[in-house]
Amino acid sequence: MSTMQFEAPDSVDAAVQLLANANGDAKVLAGGTDLLVQMRAGMIKPGLVVDIKHIEEMRTIRPDNGGFRVGAAVSGAEMGEHADLKTTWPGVVEATELIGSTQIQGRASMGGNLCNASPAADSVPALIAAGAICTVAGPDGRREVPVEDIPAGPRETSLAKGEIIVDFWLPARPPRTGDAYLRFIPRTEMDIAVVGAGVRLTLDDNDTVTDARVALGAVAPTARLVPAAAEALIGSTIDDNALARLDAAARAACQPIDDKRGTVEYRIKVAGVLARRAAGIALDRARSN
Amino acid sequence: MAKNHVTTTINGEAVEFLCETQQTLLDVLRDELDLTGSKEGCASGDCGACSVMLNGRLVCACLVLGVEAEGGAVETIEGMAQGEELHPLQQKFLEHAALQCGICTPGFLVAAKDLLERNPDPTETEVRYWLAGNLCRCTGYDKIIRAVLDTAAEMRGA
Repeated sequence: MSTMQFEAPDSVDAAVQLLANANGDAKVLAGGTDLLVQMRAGMIKPGLVVDIKHIEEMRTIRPDNGGFRVGAAVSGAEMGEHADLKTTWPGVVEATELIGSTQIQGRASMGGNLCNASPAADSVPALIAAGAICTVAGPDGRREVPVEDIPAGPRETSLAKGEIIVDFWLPARPPRTGDAYLRFIPRTEMDIAVVGAGVRLTLDDNDTVTDARVALGAVAPTARLVPAAAEALIGSTIDDNALARLDAAARAACQPIDDKRGTVEYRIKVAGVLARRAAGIALDRARSN
Repeated sequence: MAKNHVTTTINGEAVEFLCETQQTLLDVLRDELDLTGSKEGCASGDCGACSVMLNGRLVCACLVLGVEAEGGAVETIEGMAQGEELHPLQQKFLEHAALQCGICTPGFLVAAKDLLERNPDPTETEVRYWLAGNLCRCTGYDKIIRAVLDTAAEMRGA
């Protein structure tokens, strides 16, 4: 019987070394809310598990360059308790807080949500909309990567062997900017997104949109940035015409699957609706910032 | 390879155990330490029957590796009553008949205790959302929610 080795290094370099030098399958353990389920189901049987929760920089939320740097293993509960982060990027925090129950929130992290690479990951469209950049550490050092470049397909990321996500940098929020994330599930709690939509927008003094980002989840093999949807908003005051163009652009970006949570047609329809509603919330927030 | 040697604190007492990496904290509590109050329902983090506190956070023990308890503090249902004296939540669950088969009850009690320590005056909606990760197939939840709200009121001295 093969044995599963466990390591809990206290530095990013040590974690990278362990992962890069591992023979066979090695897995990173943050909150474990996906990893342990997959281990239990027999989907994976790693020879090495590397717990990253003893690495200080992966466990902390700190101000950085006017924005925030959030460690990849910071839990949803910790994000929800960070008043400044929640005030600055409410869409990102709310998206992360949508993941699972109170018990899951005590453990689940944005790093895990991103690297688990489910197309329906809730925090990912919100991070993409916010313009978050992640720090990737690997055997060749560190690089900065936009969040949208990490997912490569269902259960696949663009990370190479030995690479891990260290943290997420959420930029300084410009004046009159707001973000929002909405997901649709058939109940009010404890389900996986049928569709998710994240929007971030910035207004000028006349309430005209000067900048925007729109991202969708659960409607394609990965969460995706939808530039055409952002263009529908930019230059508008988010009137009915702009919202109709946003709705159409969001629908056009969808390549969903049929499954028990929703049909292709249904997901496409809902993507347009959620994009409009998320834009409405982001607009309200931008006006009050 | 040898098993992992873990030193931790469970319900305030220093505890040492050996475990395989793949053994969950729930496996260790139940099978190695004979603390069988925490239940295994789904083993996938959906039902909350294995709810325990780990380092001050409510978690599903089925989604924690036993070896992760190293150097930490675990609180289980076994630590809730003080000897023969029930915690007010336990007493109210009895008074409201907020249980039938009892499998979910330890998880509900641990989760509700954490809620009331963070928020002594929750609304019904807050209680329902906080406990959304604890599934009960017997009671229909109303009695559980009422027991938690009644306990909160009593503990506030209302």
